[in-house]
Amino acid sequence: MDRNRLHNQVASMRRSLFDQLEELQDDTNPNFVQEVVTLFYNDSTRLIQNIEQALNSRPIDFCKLDDYMHQFKGSSSSIGAKKVTNECTAFREYCNAENAEGCIRSFQQVKQEHAILKRKLEVYLQTVRQASQTA
Amino acid sequence: MVMAASETKFHVLAVDDTLIDRKLIEKLLKTSSYQVTAVDSGTKALEFLGLNNNDHQDVKVNLIITDYCMPGMTGYDLLRKIKESSSFKDIPVVIMSSDNIPSRINRCLEGGAEEFFLKPVQLSDVNKLRPHLMKRTQTNVNKRKAMDEIVSPDRTRARYNELEVN
Repeated sequence: MDRNRLHNQVASMRRSLFDQLEELQDDTNPNFVQEVVTLFYNDSTRLIQNIEQALNSRPIDFCKLDDYMHQFKGSSSSIGAKKVTNECTAFREYCNAENAEGCIRSFQQVKQEHAILKRKLEVYLQTVRQASQTA
Repeated sequence: MVMAASETKFHVLAVDDTLIDRKLIEKLLKTSSYQVTAVDSGTKALEFLGLNNNDHQDVKVNLIITDYCMPGMTGYDLLRKIKESSSFKDIPVVIMSSDNIPSRINRCLEGGAEEFFLKPVQLSDVNKLRPHLMKRTQTNVNKRKAMDEIVSPDRTRARYNELEVN
């Protein structure tokens, strides 16, 4: 029963977190969602660090910032992370206006939403691992 | 009507510089029963098609789907290169972008793109690709019908039906 419970948990987490990704997982690639999530997790962490660094350098390179944020927003949107994506949009507006203070403030929001998402992803990946161990 | 290659899967060339998006579009296409080759730049796409060298590549691509925002060669640049090539101008090209910019969309459609998808691309978007692929195999049939109409516009429906290819 433990095994079933875990598998059901994974399935329901997947459904609530990733509508579209869930549709794409099937027998030919049963680890698809896990792979994409792991990719996003690593990729987005790296980008957050890059953005942080870019924001700390003087003078601020708004072009580079926008570039990083474009990538970050792109992948967040691709996995369906709406809240993170929305914060990114706000950030890019400040960036386009070359408003450093606005960018810094907005970035705090981005990091916050991203941190919440990361925790959810961590729990998801952990549950997946547990479920595969009982398989 | 007879479609010679009806048993063969259509081959789609996907171009996107972001790994996650490449993975996603590849999965979307495979789920829809397409054969997929995914590359991370316009340059690599042209290489794959054999446009960058004189060796004729024996590669059959039925559709190209490309991201717009890519470093170096944008999706629009790639679109133009394809449309300006005598060997590949008839391959349908679809452009994807995470930014909803009407002037960009128009430019791409006017530049020869069949469709413009907003990211994140959904399965329902991928389903829109099939008519563009089917259209290619029907071209000869439709041309014939159209020409017959022009030659004799007062032709009766019964007579016209006789000419329909089944």
